[in-house]
Amino acid sequence: MSYDSIVCVKQVPDTANVTAEAMKEDGTVNRAALPAIFNPEDLHALETALEVRDAHGGTVTVLTMGPPKAAEVLRECLYRGADKAVLLTDRRAAASDTLATSYILSQAIRTIGKYDFVFCGRQAIDGDTAQVGPQCAEKLDIPQITYLEKVVKLSGDVAKIRRNIGQGYEVVEAKLPVLFTVVDTANTPRPQAACRVMRCKHARVAGEIQGEVRTAMPDASDEDRQAEVERRVKATDERGLMIEQWDLDHIGADLQRCGLAGSPTKVQKVLSVVLTTDGFQEVAATEEGVRQLIKELVVDRTLG
Amino acid sequence: MIDVNRQGEVWVFAEQEDGSLHDVALELTGKARWLADRLGVAVGAVLPGGGVADDGMKKLAAELIAHGADKVYVVDDDRLGHYQTNSYARVLTTLIEKHCPQIVLFGATPMGRDLAPRVASKAMAGLTADCTDLNISDVTDPKTKQVHEKLLLQIRPAFGGNIIATIVNYDQWPQMATVREGVMQLGDPDASRKGEVIEETVELDESCLAIKLIERHVEEQKVNLKAARIVVAGGGGVGSKDNFSMLYDLAGSLGGVVAASRAAVDGGYIDKAHQIGQTGTTVRPALYIAVGISGAVQHRAGMEESAKIIAINTDPAAPIHSVAHYSIVGDFSKVVPMMIKAIKEKEIA
Repeated sequence: MSYDSIVCVKQVPDTANVTAEAMKEDGTVNRAALPAIFNPEDLHALETALEVRDAHGGTVTVLTMGPPKAAEVLRECLYRGADKAVLLTDRRAAASDTLATSYILSQAIRTIGKYDFVFCGRQAIDGDTAQVGPQCAEKLDIPQITYLEKVVKLSGDVAKIRRNIGQGYEVVEAKLPVLFTVVDTANTPRPQAACRVMRCKHARVAGEIQGEVRTAMPDASDEDRQAEVERRVKATDERGLMIEQWDLDHIGADLQRCGLAGSPTKVQKVLSVVLTTDGFQEVAATEEGVRQLIKELVVDRTLG
Repeated sequence: MIDVNRQGEVWVFAEQEDGSLHDVALELTGKARWLADRLGVAVGAVLPGGGVADDGMKKLAAELIAHGADKVYVVDDDRLGHYQTNSYARVLTTLIEKHCPQIVLFGATPMGRDLAPRVASKAMAGLTADCTDLNISDVTDPKTKQVHEKLLLQIRPAFGGNIIATIVNYDQWPQMATVREGVMQLGDPDASRKGEVIEETVELDESCLAIKLIERHVEEQKVNLKAARIVVAGGGGVGSKDNFSMLYDLAGSLGGVVAASRAAVDGGYIDKAHQIGQTGTTVRPALYIAVGISGAVQHRAGMEESAKIIAINTDPAAPIHSVAHYSIVGDFSKVVPMMIKAIKEKEIA
């Protein structure tokens, strides 16, 4: 039996390397100043889906939500072996919290249609919430298996999975369809395949083509630009390289459940983490300095 | 989603496994007590389980009451013996609809982080992950200028710990949050506290039991970082697995345990079970010695509440010094043996 998988991926700011330049005066992080990367655990989700397809046949469709620039991660998926990619982009989806995001993704998944598995990374490094996967599963009304570490066996419509539960593991079985969230110990993501890079590097979503035309023809009239966009879209499509771009209308989303309106959680205040440099006592890195320190700790009863 | 309910209780999901409560359930019960006192409402704990002997569940309920619960909602069903997402989510959503709590707290454990989003999605309520602090305050909506009284402030690091965000939920209640183990202090139980045990029955259908457990393997906890009075933690600066032996010597001479930063774990110097920080364990020992740890925000989040912190680092600009009480700028391979020697001298004296 072959299996059709959908993999949810996200382009995220590289939060591990936030520099002072990337902080705005109001204390928020200027996302634009951070390099955008493929959310690390999503790569493991993709790899798991690709391994399932390689072993059993079927398809792998990748889905992301974000601005047109997020198509970069979709291309990376194509380079690694994904069959099809979909970008959900819509200004009205901006400022969605996890509840609204999972609603939108679940609508997009329903629009993709038939699937056996949905794979997500356990969590994204910008929010670290690990909520969108389980919330998508609930919206789709399918079971979830979080922290997937290994696909033990697929037979017919039953998946046997090992999941990491922190202090150990569980082996569980579920009937498909089922949603998995995947941890980074699950596998080693395959590298990009050179032949696929050659073939897919010109793959584009419509929004990217519009942006490229704006940059290339800054002084042209709207009509000329539109004509150029149409020409490029047609040429890309003829080569089979147009990536699907959907908006909220396409997936039949209830706008009250998207964006700010659909997000119960509101950010009330944001503080950047400030480091204080006063208040500590310097201890000389000498025998005498260390001896004094230990003595002090004995006196204040820190050391028994 | 439930409506704003000012009389609603403050709830805690009482995570238990094999008949014993998870520490975080008791930590959160204590915090829920504090929050509920500010709101003038009761604390409820939701305790699903099964296959535990009757007095076993009662014992757990008594523990929750001793830590601050006024009511314990016990759902005792053999099919709830092993945790699974949908059955536990059904318990929580059913009871939320029935009793309309204004706040529901979960431990940010593997179980809590699996369960809470499913419950929040079903309840169409907001959920904030991994809060490091919770408070109650009036909040003004900056757009409408409407004042929302006594909301739960859900405070958490975001963007890899580079910012601290305060999240609120105006009106799509309950206000839900997860909190990592060890972040809230475990209070002393008060056996004289009185509370009510309420037995609830929740209907479970096939869809609640979609996952079949085949095998379960729980490892012995290798190291109990939370319980240690003294923690000696090494970072990337320690440089190798061999060098970590020096940290074991220091910990041994102090009766402490060895811990590590993520850099040391990623470097393969020590097992992940020893990791301190946002993705590891949060500790608040009497003494924390940070050796060769630069002090990224993610690490500091797991140790900055320690009573005394000593930082040993060759880099005087390392952020770890900013949370330290004592700062030694120097090579740990020289400083650590000096410390061991000074401790031994102290013992002889």
